[in-house]
Amino acid sequence: MKIAVFTDIHSNLEALAACLAHARSQGAEQYAILGDLVGYGADPCACLEVIAELARNGAWVVRGNHDEAALGGLCENMAFAARDAIYWTREQLTPQQRDFLRALPLVARNGNAFYVHASAETPERWRYVTGVVEAARCMEASGLPLTFGGHVHHQSLYYTTGSGKAQAFTPVPGAAIPLTPRRRWLAIAGSVGQPRDGNPAAAYALHDQQRNTITFFRVPYDYSSAARKIRAAGLPERLAQRLETGH
Amino acid sequence: MQDLTNLHAGSEVDGFRVREKVYDGGMAVLYRVEREGGEFPMLMKVPRLEFGSHPGCYVGFEVEQMILEVLTGPHVPRWVAKGSLEDAPYLVMEYIEGESLHTCLTRAPLPADEAARLGAALATAVHDLHRQEVIHLDLKPANVLYRPQGEAVLIDFGLARHGHFPDLVEEEFHKPVGTSAYISPEQVIGSRCDPRSDLFAIGVILYQLCTGRLPFGEPASLSGFRRRLYLEPPPPRQLVPDLPAWMQEIILHCLEVDADQRYNTAAQIAFDLTHPYHVPLTERAGRLKRAGLPTALRRWWQSLWLKPAVCAAPTSHLAQAPQILVALDPGYAQDALLQAMQIAVRRVVAAEPHCRVVCVTVLEPDLSTQQESGQELANSQYTQRLVEMRHWAAPLQLPLDRVRFHVLEGAHAASALVEYARQNQVDQIILGARGSSALRRVLGSVSTRVVAEAPCTVTVVRPPRSPV
Repeated sequence: MKIAVFTDIHSNLEALAACLAHARSQGAEQYAILGDLVGYGADPCACLEVIAELARNGAWVVRGNHDEAALGGLCENMAFAARDAIYWTREQLTPQQRDFLRALPLVARNGNAFYVHASAETPERWRYVTGVVEAARCMEASGLPLTFGGHVHHQSLYYTTGSGKAQAFTPVPGAAIPLTPRRRWLAIAGSVGQPRDGNPAAAYALHDQQRNTITFFRVPYDYSSAARKIRAAGLPERLAQRLETGH
Repeated sequence: MQDLTNLHAGSEVDGFRVREKVYDGGMAVLYRVEREGGEFPMLMKVPRLEFGSHPGCYVGFEVEQMILEVLTGPHVPRWVAKGSLEDAPYLVMEYIEGESLHTCLTRAPLPADEAARLGAALATAVHDLHRQEVIHLDLKPANVLYRPQGEAVLIDFGLARHGHFPDLVEEEFHKPVGTSAYISPEQVIGSRCDPRSDLFAIGVILYQLCTGRLPFGEPASLSGFRRRLYLEPPPPRQLVPDLPAWMQEIILHCLEVDADQRYNTAAQIAFDLTHPYHVPLTERAGRLKRAGLPTALRRWWQSLWLKPAVCAAPTSHLAQAPQILVALDPGYAQDALLQAMQIAVRRVVAAEPHCRVVCVTVLEPDLSTQQESGQELANSQYTQRLVEMRHWAAPLQLPLDRVRFHVLEGAHAASALVEYARQNQVDQIILGARGSSALRRVLGSVSTRVVAEAPCTVTVVRPPRSPV
């Protein structure tokens, strides 16, 4: 089965729709949604509707830090723009949507794959996997050969070496990479709704279970509309600009 | 754990029946196997994973498995299957029935034309590999086989690198890996991402075929490896005085220490080996002894500061050095068309400074050439075409090593061009559309057929304001 891995959608309906269409054209039959469904963007309700429908059809969905923040609390460790967006998001959500977010688990397992938003090592602390040290800990903690994560908004692939350390690899979009046995692999799928590597195209990964490969994709989408909606909703200008520049 | 390293004839693994063990080495065991309904002979490779085996065994096997599975075409063994169990790995591929280049070496030094034939087939195979994003990085005679039809097949991808996959070899060893006689200078300083490393190895192999000796010996230490960064090998003609100058030119061009000074692509080497009399001879061709001590000292000093270059995928490297075939008909085409073609070629040349332009024209065989006077006439026609093509290309001011001229013979211009493009790994054909003559309407146009049948991009040039 081919599983499309989406993470950090951040209420960006245009990006989510483009990635869904792209994944279907690539033969995706199931989805794993690795958290941060809301926050930043202007379409939390529409995105949650789409994702809840995927979940009803068997998709794995885990919780991210923005999803948790949208349920309540002070969000003191968040940047101002992120916090403003969270407060705005809270006002939009219906009780059913809040229940949906509340029910999301922190991690999920599917065969030899482990799904988590941040790091498999203490998932509830939302630690960023930005280097080989954190990656090695995450792969060790997941206990499964393949770990899929998000949170950092960049695409990367980590793997263990013979000495047990981790190595980082920057994937080329569209190239299917074989995930050989006897190693552990950690794929950071990049962000669907708010890429931050200078390329505004939406990012996701496709895991082909049968061939045991992973392919990272970049999907162009109508970010102008997504940015316009952010401005129209009165959300911080920085969040709109971010979609336009990818920074 | 299942032990697959000691299977007997007749035993079965996942539907593959073992016929015989063909190799038993420190790194791997090879069996000839067969499967019901199998269309071709097969080989099973089982890595040695027991305690005390070389640490590279598994990485090499893993890398070969990753890479061989995605490779296609006649120049690699066909992929069949891999073991499904994690603790009993194996892979099955096509068994290549044919001579190894290693066996040919027992006859070295070989005549230049035979070395050129073997080398051209090898370079063609290497180019096909590079086009598939893979650098071999361990080319040596034992890893090159020849199918009975003459096509070269590359084997053993244990040290290879795929431009889109993580480089597991580099992570595992942190030191130069390869075979000491064939390893390129950039591999010695730790770079594993330049397709031109394989071109260096082709140079070593050609040197060995033509002289029977290895240009850099077989050093065992890192400082021995490094010697090739500053010490030139003896020029082949010093060892084999009657070796043609073009062969020495090609060999030493491959063996340049600085990869930028080497051929850009294996396709260019294959082209020169199949068109030896068109190779422009430089100072390299005439060298009869290696550079003196001052040069070696200067190069040694420079070699201390060499750093590995930034990596790029093999195909993006090839994209900068395309082989452009320009089909000309200078004696007959209108001036406006010839001018438009000059402009089209100039655009490509300006965009890709490493491209090579091959100008060809097709000469129809004349029945009168059966007679002696006819032969003379044909020769003069041949020369006339070459002169006309050179005259056409002169305003482009291409350096000697970036342009070649060739007169093809064939009754059908289109099929001659398509076949030539296929044999010479041409990346783009540029040809002119002949006007709307009555003849074309009857016979069909050359460009239409070339567009339909060519194995590459085709650009059809029309002069401005052409009647439609």
